[in-house]
Amino acid sequence: MMEPGLYHVLFISTALFFIGVFGFLTRRNLITMLMSIELVLNSVNINFIAFNKYVWPNKLDGLFFSIFVIAIAAAEAAVAIAIIINLYRSHQSIDVENAEDLKF
Amino acid sequence: MNEFLQIQLLGIFSLGMDLGWALVMIPLLPLLGFLLLGLFGKKFLKQSAGIFATLLLAASAFLSLHTAYGYFFKYGKLEGVYQKIIPIQFTWLQFSPGVSIDLGILLDPISVMMLVVVTFISLMVHMYSLAYMKGEERFPTYYSFLGLFTFSMLGLVMSSNIFQLYIFWELVGVSSFLLIGYYYDRPSAVAACKKAFIITRFADLGFLIGILILSFYGGTLDFNTLIEKLTSTESTEFKTIASASFMGISALTWALVLVFIGGAGKSALFPLHVWLPDAMEGPSPVSALIHAATMVVAGVFLVARLFPVFSMSEVALTVVSIIGIISALFAALIACTQTDIKRVLAYSTMSQIGFMMFSLGVSGQGGESGLGFTAAMFHLFTHALFKALLFLGAGSVIHFIHSNEMKDMGGLRKYLPITHITFLIACLAISGVPPFAGFFSKEEILLAAYHHNATIYWIALATSGLTSFYMFRLYFSIFWNKEHIAHGEAHGEGGLVMMLPLIVLSVGAAVAGFIPFGEYVSADGKVLESVFHLQFSIAPVALGLVGIFTAMWMYKKQNNRPDSIAHSMNSFYKLAYHKFYVDELYLFVTKKILFNLIGRPAAWFDKNVVNGLVNGTGNFTLFISEKAKGFQSGKVQQYAIYFLAGVIGLAVLFIYIWK
Repeated sequence: MMEPGLYHVLFISTALFFIGVFGFLTRRNLITMLMSIELVLNSVNINFIAFNKYVWPNKLDGLFFSIFVIAIAAAEAAVAIAIIINLYRSHQSIDVENAEDLKF
Repeated sequence: MNEFLQIQLLGIFSLGMDLGWALVMIPLLPLLGFLLLGLFGKKFLKQSAGIFATLLLAASAFLSLHTAYGYFFKYGKLEGVYQKIIPIQFTWLQFSPGVSIDLGILLDPISVMMLVVVTFISLMVHMYSLAYMKGEERFPTYYSFLGLFTFSMLGLVMSSNIFQLYIFWELVGVSSFLLIGYYYDRPSAVAACKKAFIITRFADLGFLIGILILSFYGGTLDFNTLIEKLTSTESTEFKTIASASFMGISALTWALVLVFIGGAGKSALFPLHVWLPDAMEGPSPVSALIHAATMVVAGVFLVARLFPVFSMSEVALTVVSIIGIISALFAALIACTQTDIKRVLAYSTMSQIGFMMFSLGVSGQGGESGLGFTAAMFHLFTHALFKALLFLGAGSVIHFIHSNEMKDMGGLRKYLPITHITFLIACLAISGVPPFAGFFSKEEILLAAYHHNATIYWIALATSGLTSFYMFRLYFSIFWNKEHIAHGEAHGEGGLVMMLPLIVLSVGAAVAGFIPFGEYVSADGKVLESVFHLQFSIAPVALGLVGIFTAMWMYKKQNNRPDSIAHSMNSFYKLAYHKFYVDELYLFVTKKILFNLIGRPAAWFDKNVVNGLVNGTGNFTLFISEKAKGFQSGKVQQYAIYFLAGVIGLAVLFIYIWK
């Protein structure tokens, strides 16, 4: 069996990134949009790990970065879910189209 | 030694205290009246406003008299020459080490004389107004304006530098505007006060430019230093200002003529006199104040104050004397034809101011040739007395008869005996009949003119004959002529409060001529012996009597002589009756020429170009923001698309274009 190379991993991460972007742009449910953002972040994580492994195998910077991103993603999820819960309380809905009046 | 020092100190101390306190209080008391009555008058001092203001002014007048006594008899003189004393001065605006605007008080014979005149006349007017303005809705406001007016004029005469004088000069303009427009519900009063303000303001432009030229070359605004620098022919300042020329005339002459334009505007000299007759729209006591003591003599005072500088420029003095004599004759001719009694008085003021001006114009700086200066100041003094008396008397007549027109009057001597007698005294005084005040001052003026310029002398002589004619035309038309049919509600003369100022002023108008004026006021501060020439005074007095008897012949009994004489010189009479069409000329110049050639294009430019630019900016911003508003939809996913597009765009930019 062939050892997967850098390009295979990059292909996956690119696919994951655009799936995430597509999901963010098309979904109406805020939770689903949040999940799409996680996909985007994870595609970035994969990139970091892949470059670390294939380009500078004896360094750890990429790993640290991806751990950092995961931590940020967790915090962001907490904030986003808090916002979504509040929105649900006031609008009885978590549809993004109902959140339009937040612009005022 | 100790004792001596003590006495010295006491002397200085008492002098300092005396001068300091008394002098500062003289203008500040009327100002206090203005502030208190203006702020609280309507609520708390509705009834007592008049008494309050009159008392303040009485205190101020007392202090002025005290100052005058001290100055003329105690400390003013040093080795036979009256000094220019500056008891108080402080720097107000410091522009650079050399140039600053100070505020201070300058005492010299003319300012001390003016202090007495202004406070005294103003006091009489205040007192008279107690009865005259009684029951007016805006009684406290009236008195507060009077206070402001008096304050401005006092500040003007005491100013120690030319810029300070300019400040008070404008204040005089504002307060006269307020008083002329006192009856602001009458359109004619509103028009008159605007006219007065605009014309004097226009003339003040000349004054300001004159000040700037003088102070630019003189390097100072201070009167004493300025005069000192510009009168010695050796000083560098004088050399530069006399040699700098513009359009063939030296900068000194330009500056003085421009200053004189300002003075001519305030003093209502030809051709800037058109505001003065219209200013009669104000209450009669205000006219008395404007004509006798404050507004119109400001111009004469200004020329007198800068007289040493004026005397350095022959051309400027000639301009002063020519404008003066033209105004004197011109106004006297108009006064003979007017039928509104206050207008006659207004033109007579203009004529007398003309006398003062040409008298200054024919004067020299020192000694015997300075007679014109003394005469002008003397005439200012006596004129203040009898002109105030005339206006207050006219006020009393108008108060009685409720009309300004001569044709409504006649035979009033039975109803208004005190007014009649005092008015007669004033008329005799202004006509120059001995021994009344006007005789002496006019005599000196004519003498000064006689020594200097024959043409001016003859015109002045003719004008003084005309003066007695129109004054007695007024007198006979009011008090004699046809018999007055008494109104049902004939209400007497207005009581002691109104009559007392008349009596006091008439005493002044009768005896003020005996003051040896030359001893106190002269161009160089030294004593000027006024020599009385009996044979010289025959001509003016005889002419005056001719004027009086002509007026008597024409107006004492009701007859058709005035009409037939007017008819016989029809065109000239019409010309004079219509005031030589100067007003029409102004209207033509402003309405037809200025409005059409400058006003309309300027308005068009303003409406289309300036407004267009401003509106265009606004509309453009509005247009852009309307377009940009769509971006902010509130749709998160739309934002995300913009964001993504931006990122892709930047990526493309960085990768393919800015490699």
